[in-house]
Amino acid sequence: MSDEPATEPVISEPVISLRGVRAELGSRTVLRGIDLSVHRGEVVALLGANGSGKSTAIRSVIGQVPVSDGAIEIFGTPRARFSDWKRVGYVPQRTTAAGGVPATVTEVVASGRLSRARFGILRKADHEAVRRALALVGMADRAKDSVNALSGGQHQRVLIARALACEPELLIMDEPMAGVDLASQEVLAETLRKQVGEGTTVLLVLHELGPLEPLIDRAVVLRDGCVLHDGPPPKAVGQHALPGHDHVHPHAAPGAEPVRTGLLS
Amino acid sequence: MELLNYAFMQRALLAAVLVGITAPAIGIYLVQRRQALMGDGIGHVAMTGVGLGFLLSWSPVWMATLVSVLGAVLMELIRWYGRTRGDIALAMLFYGGMAGGVMFINLAPTGSNANLTSYLFGSLSTVSQSDVTAICLLAAFVVLVTIGLRRQLFAVSQDEEFARVTGLPVRALNLLTAVTAAVTVTVAMRVVGLLLVSALMVVPVAAAQQLSRSFAATFAVAVAIGVTVTLSGTVTSYYQDVPPGATIVLLTIAAFLLLTALAAPLARRRARVLEHAGGDPAECVIPETGKETGRATVPAGRASRNGTEGIGA
Repeated sequence: MSDEPATEPVISEPVISLRGVRAELGSRTVLRGIDLSVHRGEVVALLGANGSGKSTAIRSVIGQVPVSDGAIEIFGTPRARFSDWKRVGYVPQRTTAAGGVPATVTEVVASGRLSRARFGILRKADHEAVRRALALVGMADRAKDSVNALSGGQHQRVLIARALACEPELLIMDEPMAGVDLASQEVLAETLRKQVGEGTTVLLVLHELGPLEPLIDRAVVLRDGCVLHDGPPPKAVGQHALPGHDHVHPHAAPGAEPVRTGLLS
Repeated sequence: MELLNYAFMQRALLAAVLVGITAPAIGIYLVQRRQALMGDGIGHVAMTGVGLGFLLSWSPVWMATLVSVLGAVLMELIRWYGRTRGDIALAMLFYGGMAGGVMFINLAPTGSNANLTSYLFGSLSTVSQSDVTAICLLAAFVVLVTIGLRRQLFAVSQDEEFARVTGLPVRALNLLTAVTAAVTVTVAMRVVGLLLVSALMVVPVAAAQQLSRSFAATFAVAVAIGVTVTLSGTVTSYYQDVPPGATIVLLTIAAFLLLTALAAPLARRRARVLEHAGGDPAECVIPETGKETGRATVPAGRASRNGTEGIGA
């Protein structure tokens, strides 16, 4: 593959590209050759049951999980050489934004601005960006409160504000809706809608489509570390619109070329 | 203040202030990353350094700095690669360090367990001029790191995984934290002693937490408590002839208890203020019943859209 002459980057050069990515956690193989690409302005949801490898896939993109085979590129740069982190906002899977010492909402969100601040010195523009990020998730009035005093949904809103503080072109989110009350889910969906409206590319792990469903352009469903479905988000009725639901879809045996649909759209 | 007339007390007080600043300053990051006992481990390892200092007739302070920095780096490496067996490796490092210290000091021609005791529990009268020079230089390093890199260290200690995606050199910052903690241990060694130094890293931070809501305030209050207890402990130790390290640690715990007692009514008042503010209105939205009754008068499609908005908004 690497022997091919490098083609000129076209308009739809993928923002994230995974080719044949394999990864092990301890002795367990979690990813068995994942192919995945996310193009500029796309909103892609990674779905799958617990243990299907969707979180590991995302964590391999940000370099938290070492990859044993395959290639990952971010903005066209191999991941190992990628250093332009200010273009990427990341929301890890967390139930809390708190550490061992009290910290205010502003202090936590400001750490998301470090990728744009030289030597960790925050200037006026940086403080304004932090305020804007807090306003985006509707937490501006809680800016000076301790994160320990927040509800689960508010913690998640703080974590998303932290990712937005660097004004990223690409948002990577690991289950941003887990443990979030309905009111906060709506706020988060609205925040995301605005970001997508401004052209932000989004890759997110979801357990269920929920209130984000209208935003999602493409869904990639994983099972046992393989891509099972890559195409329009699974449309189903009522509560059965969940990815954990048995998904009848013809697909090849594990390890073979994954079924790829809808990539040309 | 006649105690200031004695050169040894001037040195002891200077060392005490520096310990009061540096120990909570690095301790807050250790507490934040939930490694509150790391200082204790480094203290054990530093004993080998003191023993080697006596054996080789080197300055025990510099030798302890060297050995505890190596020990701290080793601990950080064990944390990366050790995984399941990590805690056992750490235990061997800690107790090996302690045993090495006792062994070396007894092998040394000038050393005895009495010398070691002054390093274990602190001693004011033995703080020499060269010790003070070393303590000043090391303390300057600790202050520079903990204040100059506070945003980076905060981010790494708060959420390592996220910090990596902001492009911070996470491993280098972890190593720097470990090295700074090791340096602080040797700064505090002469005044509070190796076995009690960890208390001064952790307890002022725990006490400050009782009052503060922000990291910056916790940092400032912890350092203020640190300086207060080290100074008053040193002065008490001079007048009452009690060991300085033990006095300082007991005063720190007293400060913690006092602030905890003060914090309870303060927290109640804050909760009342928050209640008056009405909390977050987005938390509980009750769909208006008026829209339900108005359904008959608007077209069906529009009515159902209003209905969902009422629940979601």
